[in-house]
Amino acid sequence: MMTNERGEGVNRRDFLAASGKTAIGAAMVVGSGTLLLPSQGWGMELKALKPETMATMLQMARDIYPHDRVPDKFYAKALRAHDDASVDDDAKKALLEDGVGDLNARAGLKLTNAATEKGGYLDLGWEADRVAVLRDIEDSDFFQTMRGSLVVGLYNQKALWPLFGYEGASAEKGGYIERGFNDIEWV
Amino acid sequence: MAAPYDLNDDSVVVIIGSGAGGGTLGNELAQKGIDTVILEAGGRHEAEDFINDEWASFGQLAWLDKRTTSGDWRVAKDFSGLPAWIVKAVGGSTTHWAGASLRFQPHEWKAKTTYGDVEGANLLDWPINAEEMAPYYAKAEDKMGVTNTNGIPPLPGNNNYKVFEAGARKMGYKNVHTGNMAINSQDRDGRTHCQQSGFCFQGCKFAAKWSTLYTEIPKGEETGKLEVRPHAHVLQIQHGEDGKVTGVLYADKDGNQHVQKARVVAVAGNSIESPRLLLNSASSMFPDGLANSSGQVGKNYMRHMTASVYASFDKPVNFYRGTTMAGIVQDEARHDPSRGFVGGYELETLALGLPFMAAFLNPGGWGREFAAAMDNYDHMAGMWIVGEDMPQESNAITLSDEKDQYGLPAPNVHFSDHANDIAMRNHAWQQGTAMYDAVGATQVYPTPPYPSTHNLGTNRMSADAKDGVVNRWGQTHDIANLFVSDGSQFTTGAAENPTLTIVSLAIRQADYIAEQMGQKAI
Repeated sequence: MMTNERGEGVNRRDFLAASGKTAIGAAMVVGSGTLLLPSQGWGMELKALKPETMATMLQMARDIYPHDRVPDKFYAKALRAHDDASVDDDAKKALLEDGVGDLNARAGLKLTNAATEKGGYLDLGWEADRVAVLRDIEDSDFFQTMRGSLVVGLYNQKALWPLFGYEGASAEKGGYIERGFNDIEWV
Repeated sequence: MAAPYDLNDDSVVVIIGSGAGGGTLGNELAQKGIDTVILEAGGRHEAEDFINDEWASFGQLAWLDKRTTSGDWRVAKDFSGLPAWIVKAVGGSTTHWAGASLRFQPHEWKAKTTYGDVEGANLLDWPINAEEMAPYYAKAEDKMGVTNTNGIPPLPGNNNYKVFEAGARKMGYKNVHTGNMAINSQDRDGRTHCQQSGFCFQGCKFAAKWSTLYTEIPKGEETGKLEVRPHAHVLQIQHGEDGKVTGVLYADKDGNQHVQKARVVAVAGNSIESPRLLLNSASSMFPDGLANSSGQVGKNYMRHMTASVYASFDKPVNFYRGTTMAGIVQDEARHDPSRGFVGGYELETLALGLPFMAAFLNPGGWGREFAAAMDNYDHMAGMWIVGEDMPQESNAITLSDEKDQYGLPAPNVHFSDHANDIAMRNHAWQQGTAMYDAVGATQVYPTPPYPSTHNLGTNRMSADAKDGVVNRWGQTHDIANLFVSDGSQFTTGAAENPTLTIVSLAIRQADYIAEQMGQKAI
């Protein structure tokens, strides 16, 4: 049993049995507005962006800041604000949808049917090939919007800090004066 | 009279800003029995209100009003709306500062004489010298509780320092220690000692690091002669027909405007806001702005030659634990033109939390190289480089076409490196890299400057009124009862972190203001 963001129990078999499901990269699109990360028991109800768009953004986020020990859900959380903002901001929504469309076009494979076809960017199996596409657009508003939001939205998640060995707030624990501020012995 | 003071009380000294300059001046004047009002644009957050979280704290403390940037410095590209990382709160940037408290070297008071003519640099000697400043430095060190002065023991070295010190020793550096820090290494002045919490930049929740917020300001308030008015954002300094200043116009928390009358006004809003306020106070009598007959208001903006070196090791360092900046190498601070530049620089330990490391390690950087560096976060050591930069007239605070929340022209901060700054930075990157390589670094990251923390020089001190804005007392050449009390009065920047010098100048200025008031000269 997985739990989506709203805490609703979802059964993977039900989704697989449902119509319109399709796997995109590590993520799975269910119906018209849900993106699931089946391996991590985490899903995302999309309010404005197409799930396929978000799935491509998710891969793009991983390629911008590729931390192989960081699960997808942290990247997805960092991207959620883009979907929220796109509800009332048509320009933002267009920037993202068009940006992903451009990315797919540049990847050399046209997205023909959002419901059943894989996206072009996601079809590039090697990171180096995807990064080559990103290098071509790195000065674009779309890329900089993505990167700029991720550099805060990804690394500022407290739940992610232990994966990097960062301990966060210390004052309530009395600082590090008794907890290893000078404990290394290797120098 | 006693605080709080009436808006129409024209006997008070009004100080604009409550940081190292303004907060210190306010207390010093109050101790002498002089009625003083500090107007502070930001709110009052006591030590227990500080937040051990980099972005949340930034939101609480940072000055985020509209600013624009230009010039070829990388900050203008990476942080175009954030030229400086300084504070809008009671205590000013003494809430955020690292605590490094170094005296200028004697020759640094005489940069033009010592360095000679440097092409493109607007160098000038300070009209004061090391001998004259020595007793004020001594008072400031005692006031601030600076380690390794006044018999105060050094801070213990943290993990970041251990790596830094070992590398420095292998390089043959001799003047290596945990710094002259205004951070209590033992209980002193009613405040506890450093708990090694690692959040110096976010405001010390233990109040172990000196800040005017919980030292100068409450001490001044206890005299009954100092009122600190938060959320009082000064918009304009006003003057009378005789050309003397008469008071200041400010906006309160709700945007309502008031005029606080004054006998004397001292500007201490840091080196971006102070000149901007003088420029925004232009009148028919002073069409180029107040105190600007020299045309030097806003000019000669300095920000120190800065950079960082971070390095990864095969074993953990956990450098974020403990004092953010208690470690220094001073061997490169000398003036030695054989290195290819004039002036010198200090190497100082520095750590950032994970969120700020992501923002500042290589702004705009992305991809696997960037991510691999971040993956090494807990195996990293780090240092900051701070050295003397050249004053250039074209580096300046000017009034932007864009407006702030009050409809006033926002400041534009224009900065381009001088060739001397670039040569010094490259040398420092090499030396810092060699230090970490000497102790087995597996990767080294030469990191570019952050948004400016040391903003200096935009109302500079000069012997001759045509060369600068203020005289040897920080009194403007043009208007006798208008003073500048912050780092904007710096004639040149020296290699050292500026706060100790700002505090020393404020103590000295208080003596002068009291004397001048006593003589009815102002």
